[in-house]
Amino acid sequence: MKKFFMTVLRMITLLAAISIIAFLMMEKAPIDPLTAYVGTNSTISEEAKQEIAEYWGLNEPPLERFFTWAGNTLRGDFGNSIVYKQPVLTVIGERFRYSLALMMTAWLCSGILGFFLGIAAAVYRDSILDKTIKMICLIFQSAPTFWVGLLMLSIFAVNLGWFPIGLAAPMGKLASEVTLGERIHHLILPSITLSILGIGKITLYTRQKLLEILNSEFILYAKARGESIWQIVKRHGIKNIAIPAVTVQFASFSELFGGIALAESVFSYPGIGSALTAAGLGGDVPLLLGIAVFSAVFVFAGNLIANILYGVIDPRIREGNSHE
Amino acid sequence: MSKKKGGFWNRRRKTLFFIGAATVYLTTALVMGLLTAPERYGIDYSARFVPPCFAHPFGTDDMGRDMFFRSVKGLSNSIVIGILASIVSSLIALVFGVTAAVRGGVVDRFVNWCVDLCMGIPHLILLILISFMMGKGGKGVMTAVALTHWPELTRLVRAEVLQIRSEQYVQASYRMGKTWFQAAREHMIPQVIPVYLIGVILLFPHAIMHEAAVTFLGFGFPAEVPAIGVILSESMKHITTGKWWMAVFPGLMLLLAVALFDVAGENLKRLMNPNSGNE
Repeated sequence: MKKFFMTVLRMITLLAAISIIAFLMMEKAPIDPLTAYVGTNSTISEEAKQEIAEYWGLNEPPLERFFTWAGNTLRGDFGNSIVYKQPVLTVIGERFRYSLALMMTAWLCSGILGFFLGIAAAVYRDSILDKTIKMICLIFQSAPTFWVGLLMLSIFAVNLGWFPIGLAAPMGKLASEVTLGERIHHLILPSITLSILGIGKITLYTRQKLLEILNSEFILYAKARGESIWQIVKRHGIKNIAIPAVTVQFASFSELFGGIALAESVFSYPGIGSALTAAGLGGDVPLLLGIAVFSAVFVFAGNLIANILYGVIDPRIREGNSHE
Repeated sequence: MSKKKGGFWNRRRKTLFFIGAATVYLTTALVMGLLTAPERYGIDYSARFVPPCFAHPFGTDDMGRDMFFRSVKGLSNSIVIGILASIVSSLIALVFGVTAAVRGGVVDRFVNWCVDLCMGIPHLILLILISFMMGKGGKGVMTAVALTHWPELTRLVRAEVLQIRSEQYVQASYRMGKTWFQAAREHMIPQVIPVYLIGVILLFPHAIMHEAAVTFLGFGFPAEVPAIGVILSESMKHITTGKWWMAVFPGLMLLLAVALFDVAGENLKRLMNPNSGNE
């Protein structure tokens, strides 16, 4: 329990630091939010500009603005997004639902598939299967996410016409009329793209870990007792590689978050990633800050869940914790 | 499990081959990119959207610019950034990692905290924030990529130094009146150099990939600079009309660069590890 509190405490200091640094960065940015809002060649009068600046509190000194912002943030008010003209939390909440569906599908697909592919590659070491899996994973690992997305789009959406070209629902349809089937149909290509980003890592990692275990003495003994290779994997292998594999998969939350920014901008999917790009390009500081803090919480949640899962998977860690 | 792997391609030869291939690819792209005159990818409206053919191996884009030379130029831009980022980030990592491990205590905790801070926020978002702060453009992406690739390497270097720290010869040098800085420079840094170099090789592909990603999203090089990210984001507009070559080849060039360095680095790492070195 003490360890748990320490992690949470650490997280709070990190979050505070991230907020401060992110705020300072935005403060330093040479992009004037006012110009970004009204556009560089607008004919808006000087008074109207002043009024907008007043409304957003842009005239106050930076330190004061930081405390206003931090105070509001602590109360759960991240301010208003300039690009979407809505409260930041509403924008994040609305868009995160889309992104979450995307991320979870991709995360589960890459995790489960990667784990079993890794086991298969390790069991049939040096066979053609192993070599093929290794090769594909290496290519997937090195392929830029957005490029994979473009290829998917060009092959499956443009040439074959199996999937829609973008967005999360058919164009020109009311949100209430969109069926679940249509949503899934729009989800498939982006989530495959995202899975490709993660699958190489988990597969190669599982393979490596299982190979290490298969090389150890107790496996040799198990073999001598006459256990078949699949029995060995089931009884001794999976138990030993589950923890590291789970860690790697939860640690990939950070990459996943970066991945949605790229995948969503390729597929013009209205999730949190495309909001991030829009916020950055539009000089929308409140939204950018909100998403940055939100993403840090998300990454931390991934690590925390992994820590808790250790105890569930491995009784030894659970025991060790309770004795503290 | 130790199957005898005969034949010509053992790990040493394979590693050498990949390092050689990566170096050749890198220098070719770099030199070609630096020497290519801008006219080679100049605007030519008489040759818009030409599919790949002998005169234009990668085809042309909507303004009739030759995609091959644009891609080469773009890749060389990425490589320059990648080299710069590797140097800056790895130096930060070396200083942080060695200092943290040697000094211990508060310094160690501070460095670890910095590492956690940098890794606590998704890398791409951090890149976007920094680039945004620097006003986007080439300077923005360069700073962002150079300043954010040190955490993993710092951890590696720190772990390595922690092992050497308590060695007898290091202790002896302390007893002979060497300061921690001298001891670190003379006895510890030479020991971590192999790990460090492999770290740099593995860091490089990440840097060029991140440069392309940030540029792709519009926070990096402006549209008039030939860069892989710019090319791919332009191709997005034309892909719906079936101009596949605009996306396929530039991306493939980037993939090849990343993959070659990844494989070379991984093999080198395997070779340096005494447990798997003579497989």
